[in-house]
Amino acid sequence: MILGIDVGGTHTDAVLVDNFLIKKKTKVRTDNSNITASLLDAARKMITGENIKRIRRIVLSTTISTNAIVQGKTDRVGMIMLNGPGLAPQMLNTGKDSFFISGYINHRGIPIQPLNKKEIKDVGAFFGEEMISQIGVVGKFSPRNPQHELNVAAILDDRQRNFSLGHRFSGQLNFPRRIATTYINAAVHNIYQGFVQRVQQFLQEIQMNVPVYILKADGGTILINQSSAYSVLTIHSGPAASIMGVLATADIKEDAVALDIGGTTTDISVFAEGVPLLEASGVAIGGQKTLIRGLYTKSIGIGGDSAAWIKNGNLFVGPEREGPAAALGGAFPTPTDAMIVLGLAAIGDKQKAVDAIQRLGSQLNTDTVATARMIMDKTITVIADTVRRILEEVNNKPVYTIHDFLEGKTIRPRILYVVGGPAAAIAPGVAALLGYPYKIPEHSEVANALGAALARTTAEINVLADTEKGELTISEEGLVKKIPRNFSLRGVIEAGREALRDRALKMGANLNELEMEVTEEQEFNMIREFHTTGKNIRVKIQIKPGLITNGVARNH
Amino acid sequence: MTEKLKKTGLIFFPAFDWAISETHPEREERLLYTQDQVFEEGLLDLDNITEFKPGIATYDDINRTHICVPDAKSLTTQSHLISAGGAITAARKVMTGEVDNAFALVRPPGHHAMLVAHGARGFCNINIEAVMVEYIRKHFGVKKIAIVDTDCHHGDGTQDIYWNDPDILCISLHQDGRTLYPGTGFIDDFGGPNALGATINIPLPPKTSDEGFLHVLDNVILPVLDEFKPQIIINSAGQDNHYSDPITNMCFSAQGYALLNKKLAPHIAVLEGGYSIERALPYVNVGIILAMAGLDYSYVREPDYNPEKIRQSPEISQFIEKESQEILNMWKRRNDMKADIVGSSTYLRRTKNIFYDTDQIHEKQSETVRVCGDCGGLVMIESAADNGRKIFAVILPHQCCPECRRNGEMFFERVNGVQYSNIYFQDREKDVFIIK
Repeated sequence: MILGIDVGGTHTDAVLVDNFLIKKKTKVRTDNSNITASLLDAARKMITGENIKRIRRIVLSTTISTNAIVQGKTDRVGMIMLNGPGLAPQMLNTGKDSFFISGYINHRGIPIQPLNKKEIKDVGAFFGEEMISQIGVVGKFSPRNPQHELNVAAILDDRQRNFSLGHRFSGQLNFPRRIATTYINAAVHNIYQGFVQRVQQFLQEIQMNVPVYILKADGGTILINQSSAYSVLTIHSGPAASIMGVLATADIKEDAVALDIGGTTTDISVFAEGVPLLEASGVAIGGQKTLIRGLYTKSIGIGGDSAAWIKNGNLFVGPEREGPAAALGGAFPTPTDAMIVLGLAAIGDKQKAVDAIQRLGSQLNTDTVATARMIMDKTITVIADTVRRILEEVNNKPVYTIHDFLEGKTIRPRILYVVGGPAAAIAPGVAALLGYPYKIPEHSEVANALGAALARTTAEINVLADTEKGELTISEEGLVKKIPRNFSLRGVIEAGREALRDRALKMGANLNELEMEVTEEQEFNMIREFHTTGKNIRVKIQIKPGLITNGVARNH
Repeated sequence: MTEKLKKTGLIFFPAFDWAISETHPEREERLLYTQDQVFEEGLLDLDNITEFKPGIATYDDINRTHICVPDAKSLTTQSHLISAGGAITAARKVMTGEVDNAFALVRPPGHHAMLVAHGARGFCNINIEAVMVEYIRKHFGVKKIAIVDTDCHHGDGTQDIYWNDPDILCISLHQDGRTLYPGTGFIDDFGGPNALGATINIPLPPKTSDEGFLHVLDNVILPVLDEFKPQIIINSAGQDNHYSDPITNMCFSAQGYALLNKKLAPHIAVLEGGYSIERALPYVNVGIILAMAGLDYSYVREPDYNPEKIRQSPEISQFIEKESQEILNMWKRRNDMKADIVGSSTYLRRTKNIFYDTDQIHEKQSETVRVCGDCGGLVMIESAADNGRKIFAVILPHQCCPECRRNGEMFFERVNGVQYSNIYFQDREKDVFIIK
């Protein structure tokens, strides 16, 4: 049996799954001032003397770090940047305790300017005086060669200090995003660490000794005791839980679009042959663009409770929510009220819904039923248009080879999955506009917890081999090793698979679920003065997001 | 230092799977480190910089610009069509107002491809800027365009295509042709009889550094542009004037390139040559992008940048000052030159021997233009290549006058086909292209 818990903004859901059947579920209100308490509360409700021996895995999706950021409860972070030439430092958002120091690495990972030890020690002295113990070190091109970052940390090493080093979080190039990612990791480290300890303590108290996993933004899991150094990767796992929930309840195999229609927003996600798409560079947290690998989701401000309003004789729905539906005492007519008027839903006070829609209709000189239809049509059109725009965006992503230009994969959805309260009323219209069929999966109200429970461990690594330099680098592992001049693409892929395997197993992957996929492989002859002097080989390998096995969960 | 922000479009197509030949400098790896630097600087995350996927040019787009022998299809690969398509995408984004300016960082380059093209020369098969210019003229009705070619090699292809076109100003600054391929581009090359001054060449001595380039910009290019009043300015942006370029001898820097683009303020920049792929291109390209976007580029410096070490000699400065004055004087006298050049001729002929270094083809060409006071003039070309192909082409200019049109149509009608493998008719005004 697996216990899955998802801490959402309003509710904390928990689910016990046995052989893909939901055996037990619960829902408690989330106390945003004490997330851990809500989570443990839900856990207590689920774990009994009878089932405790049968639970063999626990997966948690938590907003603990996100909340800390939103509520400003994060730690002060000392940031050290090795910025080298390029963008002006003023254009970088680095926090207030930040220092730009000398020493940099170039695009090939070659150290161009050495570190200045004295300068680093002076910065360290300042951090000491200010009692700053969370330190982020970020070098430009550090994924190409982490040595400078490692050396800065070594120079400043001290028992009190905790270091977040930029190259560890992603092998992707993007210095401003690396800064944001490193900063957030350092800022939430303590609060996240406290959460981890509290969970472990709880399990000790109830004498449970099973692996506990945390859901990451990319829809994959990591063992809780491995997650401490990477707290930033567990931020933003809410949308991931939701998408994994759809995956867990719908048997998605083809190109597909999923809509999760809520009260205020509709979340749109895209699947390529059943695998949820990832954000190209990384997710944004509180407006900060990061390198955190995360599932692609687009949230639009339209849902069951969006306010319907009129401007210059035109009807609009959303993006504001002005309280609940009129039928439930709200001030504005909403799509939910329209559904009530049209007999597609039966909640609250029908008369209040009719009155609110009638008032809107009188401004448009249309009767109540026609106005309700207009609201529904508008809602459906906005959603369908956004889906089309998203697909166009996804399919028009720039590519850099002639091969990809001519033969690159295009996503052509075959089916639309719709979940959420208003799903049944809205799905047919959206599907008709998009021109493919829809399905409303047998979706449980604890789908997010279910998604978390069944998510497999994911990981990604970037391997770079430069045979002219004779070096192979794996940024995420902080690894640089010598390679012979004749090292080949095949060798790089082999080295990468081995490293990814070790990494995934350490993160808690099951040996049988190491479905690795080479997502990028590039091999360049390095030509200097009409001679080939080496090869520059770049490989990205991942274990893609998915369920622990291929089953699909059903309600019990 | 941040200026007014501009919305800048970036069309990045490095063609990572295409090279001219195994160890040729125009290789897969060429824009690899540029991509690394652009990605690492996070330029694509900036609010005012947007990346667009290139479109693909059609054969019609090419036939509007070139006489390809035997035809456009046999002379181009997909990479050429995407490269030209990238330039067209840049133009579209600017012309529709989606962005203020755009940079097509695409390869392969194009500025050595001439009006008649038998193959590849100087790494170029088709002239991607010219294909873009003709696209802009056809689809957006723009009349006057200026192309400033800042590649180290003379932009001889672009010059050739617009030699007789008074509405397209081609300014090329480049390393002195006596010291570098293609060996042309002297100040006397000043345009055809009906388009005098619409071609301007500014040869620069080897070792010219930032000061020299900026002097020419301030004292020749900008004053000429002020007077010509183009609706669109294009930078044919080669990056081989860089002090580290392996196949040229100049001393331009990333800071210099950025400042040049800030002052020139091109609507569209299109990448041309530049083969110092590690030491120059990453920094030059980031500098140009930041300058076009109105952002601070003062921190963009090559690791080994030392302005004192590469500064041009006083002799070079003096030479450039004198030459600039001379060119500007010619520009001022451009309208008075025609009578001397034309005399009583009604048609003028020039002959050219063209060598296609990349494809090892020799071509003999004679170009005849009708002396005309009302339009760019009817052009007829006879061209024979040593691969056995001999062709004849009739080209009617944009805003073609009735007299040139009548003559052109008559020549096309009457030309004796026996001696030619193909006869071409290119009507730039009506966008008609016929091969017989």
